[in-house]
Amino acid sequence: MKETQRVLRRAKKEEAFVRHLFFVFSLVAIFTTLGIIGMLFFESFLFFRKVNVLSFLTDTQWTPLFYEKHFGILPLLCGTFLTTSIAVLVAAPLGILIAIFLSEYATPRTRNICKPILEVLAGVPTVVYGYFALLFVTPLLKRVIPSLAGFNALSPGIVMGIMILPLVSSLSEDAMHAVPQSLREAGYALGSTKFEVATKIVFPAAFSGVTASFILALSRAIGETMLVTIAAGSMPQLTLNPLVPVMTMTAFIATVSLGDVPAGTLEYQTIFAVGLVLFLFTFFLNLIARRLRQRFREVYQ
Amino acid sequence: MKSALGTDMLLVRKRQKEKVFLVLATLALLFSLVVLFTLIIDAFLDGLPRLNLKFLTSFPSRKPEEAGILPAMVGSIYVTVLTTLFAIPLGVGSAVYLEVYAPKNRLSAAIEASIATLGGVPSIIYGMLGLELFARVLQLGRSLLTGALTLALLVLPIVIVSARESLRTVPQSLWEAALALGATRWQALKDQILPVAFPGILTGIILTVSRAIGEAAPLIMIGALTYVAFLPRGVLSPFTTLPIQIFNWVSRPQKAFHANAAAGIIVLLAVTLSLNALSIVLRNRLEKRAPRTL
Repeated sequence: MKETQRVLRRAKKEEAFVRHLFFVFSLVAIFTTLGIIGMLFFESFLFFRKVNVLSFLTDTQWTPLFYEKHFGILPLLCGTFLTTSIAVLVAAPLGILIAIFLSEYATPRTRNICKPILEVLAGVPTVVYGYFALLFVTPLLKRVIPSLAGFNALSPGIVMGIMILPLVSSLSEDAMHAVPQSLREAGYALGSTKFEVATKIVFPAAFSGVTASFILALSRAIGETMLVTIAAGSMPQLTLNPLVPVMTMTAFIATVSLGDVPAGTLEYQTIFAVGLVLFLFTFFLNLIARRLRQRFREVYQ
Repeated sequence: MKSALGTDMLLVRKRQKEKVFLVLATLALLFSLVVLFTLIIDAFLDGLPRLNLKFLTSFPSRKPEEAGILPAMVGSIYVTVLTTLFAIPLGVGSAVYLEVYAPKNRLSAAIEASIATLGGVPSIIYGMLGLELFARVLQLGRSLLTGALTLALLVLPIVIVSARESLRTVPQSLWEAALALGATRWQALKDQILPVAFPGILTGIILTVSRAIGEAAPLIMIGALTYVAFLPRGVLSPFTTLPIQIFNWVSRPQKAFHANAAAGIIVLLAVTLSLNALSIVLRNRLEKRAPRTL
């Protein structure tokens, strides 16, 4: 009897210990989030005590490391906008085509071969994509467009599009897979062909999920660092020309930190101000995508 | 008769549209396949002549033909092992807490929201956190430990999400059976639930490891060196990793260094792609996809 009580007491103690331990573990996520937000706002606050917010947002030059300093983030935003919009222009149509095909046409066998290949594409380290963009795609494009600079937005943009393609295709395919079979059957009963069902019923029904996949892919592209640092150059320019060197927000942060900037200096705080802008962009894009996917789930599940 | 002919024409046109679509979709799939193979073949063509035992066992050098990736490989192994040691208990523990123990309250909702937010934070921002928190405030400097802690925070959301998914696939009946026999929830977890969920959790872990090995941006932020002529001595030692060494070589103008980068890429791809393949094989064995809902 006493023995049983002892065992029970120990089991209860263990249970309580584990519950508390795992609770503490799960708090790490909260502290990390708070840490990121706190650090970005704190260092940016120090930055904005020295640099006018208005000139940060409207100045058209970004020369924080020059003698005559300008802190206009527009050229960096421009670089990020160029590379990411090219990436989405590549990934969105390809991703939708692949998603409709895999969800509505492919046999399970075909799907089981195609999806892993796409996933492998997503598993390639981004330095490798950088190498590929700089030393394979850019020289290749140069044969077609002789005026293309060695560093440019076009080539890393295209390669980034291929990098985020699996994200678009797999999330869109999930959304289409979740469209109820009854909708398809209703279409067939009215005499629709398979193609009509796919494009006029399934695709519109999954539209919010497909949009969410674009937004998530966009957010991933905005935060991508190595690919653009290697292949897009390091020249902040206010331009929409994809053929010349640009500099993205991420490339600026990476390039400055390569140079070993001492903490507390204006240069050091600069990367946090840019980091804050980068964080806000990705944060709101992810929020929108989550909302869209939630709405989609509420309708069909 | 006339209208029937019209319907036929309409159907023919519809079939044509469908055919165009199928051709385009196949081309899209082929395109991604071609890109993947071009990328691999390109790296092999450029790097294979440089890839030999001496390359794997030498230190970096100013002369490209003498340079090697030994410290980078050793650094990558150290960082990855340490990252996994931090991230797996934290991630699986958090997943268990959220799936099994968490009460429905504001704090749990805040934890959920944090994990969702962290999943979308760009990796370079984790690097900034590592630089500020681990390297500066905690005075760990540009060490292996700083790098591993930073990467552990970076992969944490991935581990948590995948571990939760595998915990959810365990049949409810298993829980009920264990609890009905008087087991505490931890006893049920330890002896019944976790063993069943283990292959799924393992798949997530393998993907995590692959991600950690390929990651470069956050490590550049915390100041992992790009030129290291020694092997790491202990967790507080400075270090470099394979992706950073590759980045360093790619950024140089000389062609000979590009060949070194390509050779490094072959090694990196061999590791990350086989880990990816392994996790896909594992998952395909486990996963029976839910049929479409009616």
